[in-house]
Amino acid sequence: MEAGFLASLPAQELVFFINRGLLAGLIIGSVYALGAVGVTLIFGILRFAHFAHGDMMTIGAFVALVCVALFTGGESIAGLPAAFVLMPIAMAVTALAAIGIDRGFYAPLRRAKVRPVVIVMSSIGVMLMMQGLVRLFAGTGTWQLEAGGAKTIYRLPLLGRDVILTQPQALLIGFTALAAIALHFFLTRSRMGKAMRAVSDNPDLARVSGISIDSVVRATWAIAGALAAAAGTLLALDVTLKPDLAFNIILPIFAAAIVGGIGQPYGAMAGGMLVGFTETFAVFNWSVLLRPLQPWLPDFIDIPNRIAFVPTEYKIVVPFFILIAVLIWRPTGIFKGRVVK
Amino acid sequence: MALLDMSDIHAGYGGANILNGVAIAIDAHEIGVIVGPNGAGKSTTLKALFGLLTVSQGTILLDGKDITNRAPEALVRDGLSFVPQEFNVFPTLSVEENLEMGAFIRRDDFRHLIDKVYGFFPPLKDKRRQAAGELSGGQRQMVAMGRALMTEPKLLLLDEPTAGLSPRYMGEIFERIIEINAAGVGILMVEQNARQALALAHRGFVLAGGRNRFTGTGAELLADPDVAKSFLGGGE
Repeated sequence: MEAGFLASLPAQELVFFINRGLLAGLIIGSVYALGAVGVTLIFGILRFAHFAHGDMMTIGAFVALVCVALFTGGESIAGLPAAFVLMPIAMAVTALAAIGIDRGFYAPLRRAKVRPVVIVMSSIGVMLMMQGLVRLFAGTGTWQLEAGGAKTIYRLPLLGRDVILTQPQALLIGFTALAAIALHFFLTRSRMGKAMRAVSDNPDLARVSGISIDSVVRATWAIAGALAAAAGTLLALDVTLKPDLAFNIILPIFAAAIVGGIGQPYGAMAGGMLVGFTETFAVFNWSVLLRPLQPWLPDFIDIPNRIAFVPTEYKIVVPFFILIAVLIWRPTGIFKGRVVK
Repeated sequence: MALLDMSDIHAGYGGANILNGVAIAIDAHEIGVIVGPNGAGKSTTLKALFGLLTVSQGTILLDGKDITNRAPEALVRDGLSFVPQEFNVFPTLSVEENLEMGAFIRRDDFRHLIDKVYGFFPPLKDKRRQAAGELSGGQRQMVAMGRALMTEPKLLLLDEPTAGLSPRYMGEIFERIIEINAAGVGILMVEQNARQALALAHRGFVLAGGRNRFTGTGAELLADPDVAKSFLGGGE
């Protein structure tokens, strides 16, 4: 009886949906979430869109690659990828680099009291510069963060099939969840986290309260830089490391930050997941889930082999559509964010 | 020795000066009130004192120490606290977090100061977990003043603390100001409600055109027929 019930379920199709739909969305959504949190924190404190954020992720991944080359032969450490074990170093280096970039390029403009759009333009300049630097030292080819190439794969049997997750993917999802929790406690419990929210709320009042704006700005870059490096490293572990690793995903990351309500860290996390899932479901082949219904459908309805909202090659338009929809129906984002003046 | 001694202050926002020789002096534990018509330079005087705009001429002494043109962050450590007229709370932070931000420069345990602020403003205690932006205007003003008290300032600067408040809250805020002053905090405030404010002032300063027009105790100014005629809306 029970076996009959199980057998009647379209197991193969369901597990395919979990693997290619739910998990795939969760994986790319995690990368977007980690990036979008940085973008939204920087916007909340410094009031400008940081276009170089994607390349900060790439730089972080390359720092991890250098660490792996310097300290190990590329073999795994305690069963974990060397790049993941050494990721804290990459995060620290990228955090310092982010503070340095701010000191060198953005702080002088703030002191000159330029309009925010000027700083946005300068961040595009920084983006091009970082892209050039990466290509100068690493070339234009692809790199493997994990030597050997064979990733540990976790299989969870379900309905006679396997739900499949590679180790880097599991680490990415786990890290993102931990980062979200840690960020929540940092922002609501720590003195510096509360000061960051205060500066985001009302910078003038923060200043007259004696809050050191400089240290808040430094903390913001450190967090944004560290999370960017983690996102870059984990993404590179999942796919491959190449110079345009994260430049390609800066658009969905901005979409996630705006959808979540710009300046809202929790919104950015939710926005990242929303964009990740929407993108994945938009290109998912729904025919797989519909085909088991064929026997019950009348003959003249023939389920085609491929039903997707958007062809895979056009995946990049999905964040655009989400952006447009949100800006029309809820201009300040899902979580009420800042109105950009 | 005077707690605050501003003499011959000239200042402006670049271009023409708004202040053309303002002098303010109050002793420790006193309430000073600045009144005058719109554009007289009342709020500008507070901003010049708190380092929010550049003083081009004149000196400001706090407890005998020259604080002219010091940055606001430094002045907070010197014992000054400023409550702006508008946007004077952190709206998404809770009431208690607003108070904690007032104590940002402190590294000691300031729990007892939060309790002291709740003592001055009991309604805040019930709303401590609520976002300050959700409170009524009068309660927001209490949060703003409470935030400014967290550094235990020698001198509290209030820019129109009763602006836009209902008469009931106005009276309550004035009462609290007297209590805070009685607890040993010097107060310098700008007020539109000149008559009520001068009634509780030890020192009153009537500004017009960026200069002192009348200076005296609150009672003297209230009794002066010239002040009454020009600045307090007729002699009544």
